[in-house]
Formats: sequence, C-alpha cells, structure tokens
Amino acid sequence: MSNSEEDFNFAYLDEQTKRMIRRALIKALCIPGYQVPFASREMPMPYGWGTGGVQVTAACLQETDVLKVIDQGSDDTTNAVSIRKFFERVAGVKTTENTGKASVIQTRHRIPEQVLSEDQILVYQVPIPEPLRFLEPRETETRVMHALEEYGLMHVKLYEDISINGEISTAYAYPVKVNDRYIMDPSPTPKFDNPKMNFCPAIQLFGAGREQRIYAVPPYTKVISLDFEDYPFEASRAEKTCEICGATNTYLDEVVIDDKGTRMFSCSDSDYCNSQKS
Amino acid sequence: MAEGSLFDPELASLAIKQARGDLIEAIFLIRAYRTTLPRFGVGQPINTDKMIAKRRISATFKDIPGGQLLGPTFDYTHRLLDFKLLADGSIDEFEPGKDTEQMFQHVTQFLNNEGIIETEETSSSEAESPDLTRQPLEIPANRALRLQALTRSDEGFLLGMAYSTQRGFGRNHPFVGELRIGLISVEFEIPEIGFNIEIAEIEISECETVNQFLGSKTHPPKFTRGYGFVFGQSERKAISMALVDRALRWKELGEVSDGAPAQDEEFVLYHGDNIQATGFVEHIKLPHYVDFQAELELIRKIRKTAFEAKKG
Repeated sequence: MSNSEEDFNFAYLDEQTKRMIRRALIKALCIPGYQVPFASREMPMPYGWGTGGVQVTAACLQETDVLKVIDQGSDDTTNAVSIRKFFERVAGVKTTENTGKASVIQTRHRIPEQVLSEDQILVYQVPIPEPLRFLEPRETETRVMHALEEYGLMHVKLYEDISINGEISTAYAYPVKVNDRYIMDPSPTPKFDNPKMNFCPAIQLFGAGREQRIYAVPPYTKVISLDFEDYPFEASRAEKTCEICGATNTYLDEVVIDDKGTRMFSCSDSDYCNSQKS
Repeated sequence: MAEGSLFDPELASLAIKQARGDLIEAIFLIRAYRTTLPRFGVGQPINTDKMIAKRRISATFKDIPGGQLLGPTFDYTHRLLDFKLLADGSIDEFEPGKDTEQMFQHVTQFLNNEGIIETEETSSSEAESPDLTRQPLEIPANRALRLQALTRSDEGFLLGMAYSTQRGFGRNHPFVGELRIGLISVEFEIPEIGFNIEIAEIEISECETVNQFLGSKTHPPKFTRGYGFVFGQSERKAISMALVDRALRWKELGEVSDGAPAQDEEFVLYHGDNIQATGFVEHIKLPHYVDFQAELELIRKIRKTAFEAKKG
C-alpha cells in the first residue's frame, strides 16, 4: 500500500459523500438561512480548522475551477496556505490569490473587499452555525425556535446590550436575517463585512463540519443585520488608513511592531491591498 | 508530568514504559512516587517573560514583536497516515532553528499598556497560595488553588469542560492572546547564603486568553483573562485550562452564572483529578458481594410483600 496522491479520489472525498453534501447544499439554497444537517466526515485536518468549509469546497470543485483560500482575509496566513496546498495535492486544481480570477473562494473570518460576481462561489468555514446557541445551549430548543420563528430572545439580548453598554456589543458573528425568515450566523466575520452579504451576486455557502450543518444564501438574496430603528446597525472598522496601500475604506489589521507597543494598521485583505498598491 | 505534579522527564518516561503506555497508570506511578518526596521550601515565582521559547504564537494579532514562532506542532499538517513509518520506524526529532531560542514580552502586556485588559493580581503570601498537595481542597477555593487543581486535572476532562464553554454551556468568548512553550529556570532562595540560586530548568506550556469584556456606560469595559500553565509541552491542556479558569471566574468578575457545568467550581475541581476518578470508578470491580447480598435480601422481601398485597 502506498499513500501517493493517486490513492485519493478527486478532491479527497468519495463520490457518494460529495453527492450527499451536494444534496444538502441544494436544500440549503432552496431554504435560505436554514441549517441543513449533513453527515460530516472526518477530514485530515482537525475539527475547528475548516473541515466544514473543506467538505463544501470539495463537493463544489470541478477540474476547471480556480481556487482561492483566505484566512483572516489573507492568502498568506498559515491555515489558508495549508488548505490551499491540500486541494492542490488532492484535486490538482489551479489556485490563485487574485479574488477576481477565482471561481471558488474558501474563507475564514472575512469577505473579500472586492465585490464578487455571479460566477463565483464563496465558501465560509463556520465554527458554530447556530446564532441562538449562546442564548440557548440546547439544539432541541433552538430548532423549535427557528421553526416557530420565535426570535424574541435575540432581540432582548441586543436590547440588553444597549441598556448595559450603550450599544450592541457584538463585533463579529453579528446575527442577520435572511430573506425575511431565518436568523443566521454569518460565521465569525467582523460586522464590517455584513453588508457585503446583502444582494451579493455570488453564491454563499456555509459549512460547519463538527456541528454537521450546511446553510446557504443564494445570489441576490436579502440579508439584513439585526438592529433597532433608534440604534441602527453600523459596519465598524478601525478609523485609520492602511499604511501599505493608503486605503481608507477597508477592514484593517492592527499589528504591534515593537516592545513599546507601537501599532501599525494595514488591510486584512492582502490581495486587495496588493492591487491598490500597484 | 502535569497530572503527576512532578517535573522529571526521565521518571515520567520510566512511568510510561512501566505502565506500558497506559498514561493514567503512569501518572499514578508518578503521584505515588511524589508522595515519598519531602517538600523543602517554596521556590521564587517564575517570570515567564524570561522563558526561552521554542514556540510562541498569538491569535489576536497578525504579527507581534519577535514574530509568530511556530516551533514544534502538528498544526497545519495534513492528517494522512504515513505508511513509510511501518517500514522505517524512526521519527525525526524537532530541531529548533538557530534564531528561535529567544525571550519575548507577553502579548497581553501590549493590551495592558493601553489599560484595555484587566491587570493580573499577584499573590505572595502562603495563605494566598496554598499547596493543594499538602492541604485538603476546600470549596470555595481561591484562584491560586483552582489553578493548581486545574493543572493537575485530567487533560481529557479539561478539554471536554473547555469545549462545553465554547458550545454555549458557560460561554466566555475566548481569543488565544498568547500561547508559548519553552524552558524557564526555577530559582530558590537559600537563607544561609542569602541569595537565589537556580535549582532547575523546566519546560512549560503557558496560555493566556483574552476574553470578552465587562463594564458599563460608566465603568469603561475591559477584556478579561483566562490562564493556563502546564508542565511540559502540552498546549491542548494549557488552552483548555485557560478556558475553564475563565469560566470559573464568573463570581469574582461579577457575572451571572448560566449554571453550566464548567462554571461550577465544585463540579470541576472535585471531578478533574484522574487518579481519584480512575480509582473510584474502577473500584466497583472489587468484590462487593456482602453489600450485594444485603440488597438481594431486601429486594426479595419487598417483592414478596408486593406480590402478596396484589393477591390480596
């Protein structure tokens, strides 16, 4: 027995597994924001590191696809490099760092700054798919709450935030309502990215491997961040300019550059930053 | 070494060998050996800023002064069975690069300079830092005692507890502010000569988490901390410990408990010790037939009475 690449099916998963995942994906696209249970497989990376996203990507990839993988917005972060290499090895697909040239983009924690197009799929890695989980830890309860569209608890939580802190104290994984029906967790993207989900031309797929859930937002679907009339949603970012490309409208990373704690700010989306520089 | 509360890599290896790979049995051997050792004093508090780190990463900043130092880890490897090892059983030792052995300031210090994270209280007196291995565990325990109990706790138990907080049973929104593994020297003050001498160099894993904040419109919110410290290279346990430490701190931070298992000090501290647990769980395979006989007699008697009552 050997462990050469030929021993793996295209994109690692066997065809039956891919079919099972594709069925879940189609169901998810038909009921936007609804969490579809699926029989998540063990993957050769740990749970919590993108097994859901990797399975969704594996089920979507065709030999002609061009794959981009980002983590924290950047192509050069260790986990992004690791997942990109994985698909280079087991699927042999072309990869790119250029957002515009990718047909499938797998992401952890960011949505690219560049507006996506109709022929692109954005695959999110999701740790906790249930937006109500931190209000109600039991899955049996939260599924009923979704079924009955019983979302009062979430609004009470947001209201309590305002009464205690003067504003809604959720900075990432900020809950959204999809197609006027399901409350959905956008995965732990900073809330700065939430507006990009609304009427996005690309297909948005979400995979949570450990929790065995897939959900989706079809193209041009309404995705609204929860808020109140007198406390409207605000997509916040560091009020600084990128020190590499000079962008003033992007999400920025704060980097400590010396032992005195001096900070520098730069775009978290490394591809966008490079494109602005040149 | 961690669960055994004894830093001695050679004896730990011996214990694992003698226990034929059964780790709890090996810990048991180490604990039983530790009992025979006298306690001859209290070392100086160690300052992990002075650690010679072979691994040091932060998840809260993309880059940090000194850099992200990946070091020995399975992270980012693909978990594919390496069949070559069947034929050729040797595994390469980790060899640190030349530039890797250095000291780093703690990442949480950068947040502390800004006053945006709570400052750690230090305790110096014995009363504030009792020795769990010399005194019985009393509840409520202070944080020093809790941390001792946690670092001795079973890795799997802590991992499960930590995982439960991430899934909503006592959630505390953690980020890994910093995780570091490396060598640090232990100093001991000898009264006769009046200064500190280095008595050992130990390998430790340390994890500091940055957790979601407390505060109000009038009291500016601050990030809070969880802390994990484990003998040897054991980052899974260090991270788990930091999450559980933070979950147990709800009372001192003025939070409301969800009633989650990981927030219940008595539940966590009393059930994390795997030597106590394995002893008691497995003791039920000892003969218990005298008690069982008594139960048999009782149940027969009750059944008889019930049948008779039915027949009426």
